Amino acid sequence: MTQQNIPDKPIPYPTQETSFYWEKCSERELWVRNCNECKQAYFYPRDICPYCFSRDTIWIKCSGKATLHAFGVVMRPPHRAWSEEVPFIVAMVDLEEGCRMPTNIVDVEIDTKNPRSDLVIGMDLELSWDERTEGFVVPVFRPA
Amino acid sequence: MSNLSRGAAIVGVAESDEIGYLDNRKSDLQLHAEAAYNALEDAGLNKNDVDAVFAAGNTLGLAEHMGIQPQFTDGTSVGGSSFVIHAGHALAAISAGYCEVALVTHGSAGYSRRFFAAPGLVRDNSPGAQFETPYGFIGAPINYAMACSRYMHEIGEDRTREAMSEIAVATRKWAKLNPKALIHDPRAQIPLDMSFDDYHNSRWVCWPFHLLDCCLVTDAGGAYIITTPERAKDLKKPPVWILGAGEGHDHSIISQMPNLTSLIARETGPKAFQMAGVKHSDFDLAMIYDSFTYTVMLTLESLGFCGRGEALDFVKGQRTAPGGDFPMNTAGGGLSYTHPGAYGVFLVIEAVRQLRGECGDRQVPDCKLTFCHGTGGSLSSGGTVVLARD
Repeated sequence: MTQQNIPDKPIPYPTQETSFYWEKCSERELWVRNCNECKQAYFYPRDICPYCFSRDTIWIKCSGKATLHAFGVVMRPPHRAWSEEVPFIVAMVDLEEGCRMPTNIVDVEIDTKNPRSDLVIGMDLELSWDERTEGFVVPVFRPA
Repeated sequence: MSNLSRGAAIVGVAESDEIGYLDNRKSDLQLHAEAAYNALEDAGLNKNDVDAVFAAGNTLGLAEHMGIQPQFTDGTSVGGSSFVIHAGHALAAISAGYCEVALVTHGSAGYSRRFFAAPGLVRDNSPGAQFETPYGFIGAPINYAMACSRYMHEIGEDRTREAMSEIAVATRKWAKLNPKALIHDPRAQIPLDMSFDDYHNSRWVCWPFHLLDCCLVTDAGGAYIITTPERAKDLKKPPVWILGAGEGHDHSIISQMPNLTSLIARETGPKAFQMAGVKHSDFDLAMIYDSFTYTVMLTLESLGFCGRGEALDFVKGQRTAPGGDFPMNTAGGGLSYTHPGAYGVFLVIEAVRQLRGECGDRQVPDCKLTFCHGTGGSLSSGGTVVLARD
């Protein structure tokens, strides 16, 4: 019954610069932008490199390996879409390719008394996927 | 660049008629107008003197609401720090001769809005909406938790937690001395006193933040008036001089923050202090935006009041509380006084009142020199302003 009242989680609204990223996600592949000029990978995707402002940038496919950079354990729903999913973990992860992205960490037991649980910054993570509405698949990570 | 130090003065400050949990459906604009009216009265000026308006965004709407036709308008909106940054902008505009009497105002029904506006997520194509919102990065506690957890990792969880508790407890003590603080409103059901146990036992919002790490959400307006040195001399209250100002930002959304444990305050602080010709040990009072306890720690370190990872040593033993030797956030802060969603204007209001000696039980003795530092967005923007009396 309550299910009906819970809205879907928000889904992305791709643009010209990001549609390739989301198309690849729907195929369960993670791609980021890399600059041929300054050799730096970066996130989120945009055509012109945010470091050196070069237009000579390309898409590269990620290995799916990452480490935990920072996280929070959400105990109070930030929006009704998550009202039956707390606690859950929001995080920033460092991809092997050298850039950082926001995500969720899944498949972790959360101790509500001590929400930090077994999460340790620097721990190894691997890519996983979370299916959303309208065909969107969102990259998430779990302990490796 | 010429040094504009002392090129303008703050001559009026005020809150809206009432602040806190208002159940009378006051709009943002009404709160703006009340605060502006009260600040003009505090200055001994009237609306027709105002030729410049500064606000975070809607200067069109608020000038219309008050019947002001400015010849200089600045809607710089970079989060809660905006109203600190506006002081520097007004200083520049007045010094350049673009205007003579600047009104800086803010009004936000941050608390009661939730009862008459259904919160929803607009589907937009911004980077935040595409890459953060789908994961639940919604609201300040979640965004700021990223930075705090990283600091804990680098400096130590226990040290971080202890510093956070010191700040929460010390700030509540100041609020107890400010009759306008939300804790004095019985409807808020917030105890006047906070023990360290109360802090540690308060519920989790988003780890690493307890409820008592987070600022309030209230309804409030605030405003201040800046004018030329000439006009400032014969107004109702003694002038408070703007000695230095610095501003900047280094990202917008939290996942783009270059370094989660360093604020842009590292640049705005030294710049403002140098312009003012003052050093850290000169200040009688610190006014630091406390959106979260952690924000204060990071700001103290980034401004250079202590070294990296030393915030605990700096605030330990209730050093920032009444009676301590580093008075900070004497109005009671965003944590325990008021915080309508963007707080920066209230830093300036309290700083001016302290410099004028108007603060009663919470007055810092012989307060001559202070600074305000605002942090806005997701630790994104910063503004520092140095203020002094004659």
